[in-house]
Amino acid sequence: MSDWLALFWHFLLLGSVAVGGVSTVMPDMYRYVVDENAMITAREFSDAYALAQAAPGPNALWVTLLGLLAQGWAGALATTLGILIPATAFSLIASRLHARHADTPLALAVRRGLAPVALGFMLASGWLLLRSIEQDWRGYALALVSLAIAAGTRLNPLWLMAAGALAGIAGWI
Amino acid sequence: MAEPRNAREIFLTFARVGASGFGGVNFWLRRILVQEKGWVTDREYLEGLAIGQIIPGPNVYNLTVMLGYRFGGVRGAFAAVAGLVGAPLAVLLIFGVLYQRYSALPVLHSALKGMIAVAAGLLLANALSLAVALPRRARPWIFLALAFAGVAVMRWPLLYVMGVLAPFAMAAVWRRR
Repeated sequence: MSDWLALFWHFLLLGSVAVGGVSTVMPDMYRYVVDENAMITAREFSDAYALAQAAPGPNALWVTLLGLLAQGWAGALATTLGILIPATAFSLIASRLHARHADTPLALAVRRGLAPVALGFMLASGWLLLRSIEQDWRGYALALVSLAIAAGTRLNPLWLMAAGALAGIAGWI
Repeated sequence: MAEPRNAREIFLTFARVGASGFGGVNFWLRRILVQEKGWVTDREYLEGLAIGQIIPGPNVYNLTVMLGYRFGGVRGAFAAVAGLVGAPLAVLLIFGVLYQRYSALPVLHSALKGMIAVAAGLLLANALSLAVALPRRARPWIFLALAFAGVAVMRWPLLYVMGVLAPFAMAAVWRRR
């Protein structure tokens, strides 16, 4: 089996069990592409992750970059489809089930019960994102100001993003 | 409540979400779909996110499939995801090719630092605004705090925290009926 096809099957498997997001299967991705098959180095692995943060769109798309560095264009296709095909299929099935059984006790329990848990995870993501970069009080101050402006005004947050990028380049953060 | 007119409008709206979503699309998804377009309420958004959480794959991607399906069936779902990932994929591949040629660019790393701080602030603002949609009872807040503590403080894998909290969180709602 060619390398990119093996990569596809492996990511298809990981994509099918990645409950809670792609980050939950990240350790196994690392084991497969770095440790076992030496497709890329550890440095490239973390660079791919950091680089993807600078691109717009879902953070999970960093697997595309991982595939590209590991196996070229075929690899990019393999990792991306491997993750997105199961997610699409399961989400469509869930949509159909939910459309038919929206008012059953189980559907209600899932929606209402898990909402606060999802919100807790969202807060945790924001917190961990903030902790992922080495910074002093200025980074936290910038995050706090962004929070206040986003919550309190209708200013387009893309301006905040641009300001953040400039502050970073100028060395203020 | 407003609704999208056709698959084209679904595609274009989610394309805006995808292209704006630096540091994660959660903030922009709510900003554009709930606040600007009024296609879903805060409560529906939060509940959709909760369901997206227990389906394998990226949470906001799953939410996008489900919202697209609700707006326009299977066609709507594919229009939504094509819009969401189209532009970002192009940008990512360009980054990848540049990286392979020039390795890491220092200026990109410094810009990234500032952008991540802002993105974190936006995500936290989003979570705080959504928290208003939670019922005014103690129990949901306890589950929120436990989920946050497990992942952010204890640094346990999200899957395990979810696996332990989910049955209790669902049972709590079930019993209240």
